[in-house]
Amino acid sequence: MAKQIIIAGGGVAGIEAAATLADMGHKVNIIEKGSSSGGNAVRWHALFPDRRPAGEVISYLNNRVRNKNIEVTYNTCVNKVRHHGSSLVINLSSGEELKADAFIVATGFDLFDASRKEEYGYGIYDNVITAPELEDMFNGGSLYTADGRVPERVGFIHCVGSRDEKVCNHHCSKVCCVTAVKQAIEVREMLPGCEVFCFYMDMRMFGPYYEELYREAQEVHNVNFIRGKVSEASNTINHKVAVKVEDTLAGRPLRMEVDLLVLMTGMEMSATGASLAEASGLRRGKNRFLSVRDNHMHSNNSDLPGVFYAGTCTAPMSITDTISHARSAALEVNLYLSER
Amino acid sequence: MNFEPFIMPFNIGLYFILAYCVVRCVVWFRGLSRSDKLRLQRGFFGRPFMQSISEIINESLLHRRIFKVNPVLGYMHMSLAFGWFLLILFGTIEADYFGAHHLNPPSRAIFFRFFNPDHGEAGFARAFGFMMDLILAFILSGLLLAISKRFRPKTMGMRKTTKHTLVDRIALTSLWLIFPSRLMAESLTCGAHNSGSFLTGTLGHAMASVMPAAEIAPVFWWLYSLSLGTFFVLLPVSRYFHIPVELFLIFMRNSGIRTGDKASSFTEVQLHACSSCGICISTCQMSKSAGINNIQSAYLVKGLRSGSDVSDITKNCLMCGRCEEVCPVGIELGPLRMIQRRGGEKQYEKIPVIQQYHLKRKNVSTEKEVTHSYSYLKNTTPVKADVLFFAGCMTHLTPSIIQSMKKIFDEAGVNYHFMDESGGVCCGRPLMLAGRDKEARELINHNSDIIWKSGAKMLVTPCPICYKVFNESYYLDVEVLHHTQFIDMLIEEGSLRPGFMNRSVVYHDPCELGRGSGIYTEPRNVIGYIADLQSVDEEAEKSLCCGGSLANFSLSSDKRRNIAADAIQILTKDNPTAVVTACPLCKKTFSSVSETKVTDIAELVAMALPHAKPAALTTVTKNKNVTVSASNS
Amino acid sequence: MSQVSQQKFGFGINKSRLINYDKGDRRVRQYITDREPTFKLCFSCGACTAGCTAGAHATVNMRRVNVYIRRGELEPIREEVTRCMMCGKCLLTCPRGVNTRTVMALAAEAMKKLDRNEL
Repeated sequence: MAKQIIIAGGGVAGIEAAATLADMGHKVNIIEKGSSSGGNAVRWHALFPDRRPAGEVISYLNNRVRNKNIEVTYNTCVNKVRHHGSSLVINLSSGEELKADAFIVATGFDLFDASRKEEYGYGIYDNVITAPELEDMFNGGSLYTADGRVPERVGFIHCVGSRDEKVCNHHCSKVCCVTAVKQAIEVREMLPGCEVFCFYMDMRMFGPYYEELYREAQEVHNVNFIRGKVSEASNTINHKVAVKVEDTLAGRPLRMEVDLLVLMTGMEMSATGASLAEASGLRRGKNRFLSVRDNHMHSNNSDLPGVFYAGTCTAPMSITDTISHARSAALEVNLYLSER
Repeated sequence: MNFEPFIMPFNIGLYFILAYCVVRCVVWFRGLSRSDKLRLQRGFFGRPFMQSISEIINESLLHRRIFKVNPVLGYMHMSLAFGWFLLILFGTIEADYFGAHHLNPPSRAIFFRFFNPDHGEAGFARAFGFMMDLILAFILSGLLLAISKRFRPKTMGMRKTTKHTLVDRIALTSLWLIFPSRLMAESLTCGAHNSGSFLTGTLGHAMASVMPAAEIAPVFWWLYSLSLGTFFVLLPVSRYFHIPVELFLIFMRNSGIRTGDKASSFTEVQLHACSSCGICISTCQMSKSAGINNIQSAYLVKGLRSGSDVSDITKNCLMCGRCEEVCPVGIELGPLRMIQRRGGEKQYEKIPVIQQYHLKRKNVSTEKEVTHSYSYLKNTTPVKADVLFFAGCMTHLTPSIIQSMKKIFDEAGVNYHFMDESGGVCCGRPLMLAGRDKEARELINHNSDIIWKSGAKMLVTPCPICYKVFNESYYLDVEVLHHTQFIDMLIEEGSLRPGFMNRSVVYHDPCELGRGSGIYTEPRNVIGYIADLQSVDEEAEKSLCCGGSLANFSLSSDKRRNIAADAIQILTKDNPTAVVTACPLCKKTFSSVSETKVTDIAELVAMALPHAKPAALTTVTKNKNVTVSASNS
Repeated sequence: MSQVSQQKFGFGINKSRLINYDKGDRRVRQYITDREPTFKLCFSCGACTAGCTAGAHATVNMRRVNVYIRRGELEPIREEVTRCMMCGKCLLTCPRGVNTRTVMALAAEAMKKLDRNEL
């Protein structure tokens, strides 16, 4: 008899885990809080490091989810998971109760709310935007400031809401550095006359071809990198944004006006995932993401038998890593079900 | 009159303490400055005298202020102080009226029952005896509370109680023994003579039936006298010295003497007037939220009294002023701490000759003396304007306040100049809080020069820290207004017409604005025009500190967040749509731990202006996690 | 006095550009870390210096001060530590929770003590 698996979250991790399990012959029900699947990735225009269109990955996922063994329930959240005898009982926000043999948390991440760093002026100055908003512009095919000018200078602030104890986030969100480099190149390609500046604390080029992308940004695209954390942004009379930073490599404070300021907002534990974890007694770490049973050997396992983790609900990850993590979650689930 | 040896301990103690107090008062009086001496002299003949008397009745006897903070604790203090006072007062009247002579020595009144064992048979005397028993019962009830407070502070609603020295313990024991031994002595005497009222009579009768009361009674009369004598003799070296000193303090304060900038004999009087009641410890947020229990005012005072090193205590304080607000003795705890902060640098003033020699031998240069200096500041040419806007350092990190103020200025048609738009100079208040008045003066002079030359009539700042120093320590010919006052004025004169938004909000009083500058009504007026202002548990004079205070030089950011998280919990208890404050630092500190939107009063006003963009007030930062991590860390 | 000028004359011209870590004087570092352990947390992002109120008027670079003190090179920052206005803006920008202005005050204090040979 086919086993029933429920997955909370229909993003990259949820779909990949579901499809892998469905291929093995299991029945999967994805509970997605939004009205469509794909999660945070659908907003992206292109992906690092090779800048392939994000749509390719999305359509791959869409094909994967079209499987007779997969059912997707939209506009619904998982409120709680608990053991009942040998199976799991899952409470949905719709009030329904489902039974399952295994459960995967794939609730993903929330983007840091940039208005919490008030000093950067997001929500106050029109020309301060976030990285996903820049992706929206790329998708729209044009890049203008809020007052309709073609930007002559764009600044990227790294680590907004990451590595910052002031917003209670000590962790590094991992993917923002390379995303900034990717976006910087895209801006330069779109507007060859536009200068681009990245304000970084450390460049964390951890994956294959990330460092090469960084080099390409300097070599081919003349992207400027200034090492320093921006302390504050202010607006000027002509609707530009002035940033204050220390050029730590020169050892002097630096002031600069940009037409568009892009904030590289980091990843945080998703609010829905957090309330699910609180209700179900799933352990969370100091970074508020879900704690896995073992960081090296059991990175898909929770402390509860039958409850597994996939993707960025455990830590910030790239799409590549998320897909791998989701597949290994599916393997863990299969192993668990076959041993029962 | 036959002489009774057992009254000797009492007499010695009493005359010693009276003489000691007189000498001490004379010494302190002589230590006062000329003007303070005059104040005190004048204060003795006139209205201040009556004020002092009424304050002594209200505070030293009835303990009204402690009552307000903690009724049980208040009752305890009142029963002991006021009860004892009544016992002495009516005892003296009783001795005078019913005794053998008029104008008796004090011992006659204290040991009245011993000298008049048969007193109180009938009529008026009987009623008097009843009253004396009632007073004794009243005191004993307070004593029971005091004993339970010492052993289980929580039963009295106290989180902490101060630690005692050996002398304190002996004094405390003798104090505790006074009234039970009086009860026993009187009861036994009454039992032997078949007299006494409901307490001493009944108890005495019961005891007399099982033991030879007349023989045992002298033991307790001795104990009574001894405990009184011991208590009086130990008084000057124990914590109970505060009882007589407080009376002197009340006279000094009502005569208009204040702490000032330097240590004087008035500060010494205040140090000795502290009763170590521990109310400042229970009130302190550093204790409640950050678990720091050794820096509170009671400990500072204690350390100063004993002459120990208090430099760490001195610096580690938010200077929020909550302890001063609740201090039942009314000690100026903030200024006392400030004196200590100012004095902190003195240890570097002189190098002993012997050490200079040592330095020379070691080839260490003494010429490179490091002194703080802001001589690098250059004169700037000020811009002429009617109103100067000084945002302050912190406000540059809360640009929404700046934007809102600009909108308000434009809407009201005010001709203003943004003084520190491209970076100004600090107002000097943080340096003053560090006790470096001299260096602060350099910054004050720099800013004053700009303000003078601008020809402005008004200086507006959204920062309470800047406001306090502009208002108190600058010599300016402009009107200094906090932005809450300025906005209130604009609305009142009709040049600003914000609409009502029908939302419930709460207001948080910033320390430097509320307790620090006494501005409570203007912000509430302004909010009243725009939103439905809910009241909160601790507000106005009792308002909590956000934890971000610049006055603390040691507190870690984790502990600051704990203080903020606890405060925001109290503020948002009734789920307001926003927490409104009037300080960039409060806003910043609260924002990092609050689920509810924290907004400055200027933002609220700007949002309510007719031409404003649709309000963003409802966008509550939905991040429960923030507080979770704050309390975890 | 003559010794001081001799020192300057002797080493001033040929002074090495090298940070001779073994010759560095890390007593100030010890003095500060003992009193303000957050001193160790700095990761040199420069946010303190970027917004520094005093830094807009003169060379006041908290990040650099921190680095030099850690290395034990005190001469280059001797003047700087006295210029801080204690305004506390840096406290609000530091992503590592360093008690920045207290570090500056302690550095100035330690330097004084050093001159008096009290450290």
